[in-house]
Amino acid sequence: MRALWELVRRDIVIAWKEGGTLGVALGFYLVVVVLLPLALGPDLNLIARIAPAVLWVAFLLSALLSLGRLFEADFEDGSLDVLATGSLPLEAVVAGKAVAHWLTTALPLIALAPVLGLLLNLRPDAYGVLVATMLAGTPAVSFLGAIGAALTVRTRRGGLLIGLLLLPLFVPTLIFGIEAIGAALSDADSFAASFLLLLAVSLAAMVLAPPAAAGALRFQLQ
Amino acid sequence: MKLIVDKLFVLRDSRAILADLSFSVEPGSSLLLLGPNGAGKTTLLRTLAGLMPASAGRLWLEGGRSEPSLGELCHYVGHLNAIKSSLTVEENARFWQRYLGGTPPVDAALASFGLVALKDIPAAYLSAGQKRRLALVRLLLAPRLIWLLDEPAAALDQDAQAALTAAVTAQLAGGGLIVAATHQPLGWPNERILRLQPAARAA
Repeated sequence: MRALWELVRRDIVIAWKEGGTLGVALGFYLVVVVLLPLALGPDLNLIARIAPAVLWVAFLLSALLSLGRLFEADFEDGSLDVLATGSLPLEAVVAGKAVAHWLTTALPLIALAPVLGLLLNLRPDAYGVLVATMLAGTPAVSFLGAIGAALTVRTRRGGLLIGLLLLPLFVPTLIFGIEAIGAALSDADSFAASFLLLLAVSLAAMVLAPPAAAGALRFQLQ
Repeated sequence: MKLIVDKLFVLRDSRAILADLSFSVEPGSSLLLLGPNGAGKTTLLRTLAGLMPASAGRLWLEGGRSEPSLGELCHYVGHLNAIKSSLTVEENARFWQRYLGGTPPVDAALASFGLVALKDIPAAYLSAGQKRRLALVRLLLAPRLIWLLDEPAAALDQDAQAALTAAVTAQLAGGGLIVAATHQPLGWPNERILRLQPAARAA
């Protein structure tokens, strides 16, 4: 348990000191969300209607950018070899790194989302539910992302490949996230169902992704 | 405890890297792996560390507990140093000590490889030899029965080589085992030599 905590702490410290990956993800999120209304023209109602979907899709794309580096740095400098020979199982290493990714990348992106909501004329009553669905749904992004990162760790320029691998896996999170926001805004009863399914996808990813990613890493380390 | 390797085969893409390899390492002794490039020295070390699976054959510790994996009893210092360049020397050492569950004081370990004066410097600024020293500091931060070293003395100056020999001597005196791949004579106590040749390529 101590080793797991130390691993998460180290990744947070490194993310804080290097800052580059997070900066790129935040910048990308901002640029995508700013460009879209320019392309759609000055129809405020249209933009307000699609704002939650834009914020979610742009979130997934920004997260993808940072996921490619999840294991790559540790693989390149040999740290992954030592992490794998410690007493901590590789599954726990994967979980620790996914948690650190969520804390250092997903959380700042979620914090930026309401600000970008202002730019998209998001309905005032949607901010709370937007942040709530993102908090509930994005652990799945970090954990499923670990599978893609593990599979592409040896692949030079694996950035595009990881997108092809992961975007289909993000579909349930995206659908239930948007669905929950839509239901909350129209006072429909289906909010609870969508929100619980969103949580269920996250919990399932947290359980199933570490063994899958650890298996991929074991193969890549050979 | 004695490390025994019996009829070990390791295949990679259906090519035999190691074929029919048998040897043993007694407690308190070191085994040096010699051989030309591509002879399988690194592959053997990675197999011992549990990073690569053996295709056939067995490796085990005689007199050991029914331990789950050899890897957890090993220090593996590969040709990559496992150093984070944005962390300072001391932060790197402290992380590995806590991750590997060691208790020995970090300052003393850094001192034995002459890194105390550099401990607040980001590891990115270290020279190749200093990075190698920092990788070797890991050996002293958590006690492990087996040390697996890949070219441990690469880029080390005379002082650092002496520090490495002192660390190795202490490890062997404590009943530990060492397997090291090398191209240069290391002058360690109780050393035996295993010469590896590139295995027959057809499998």
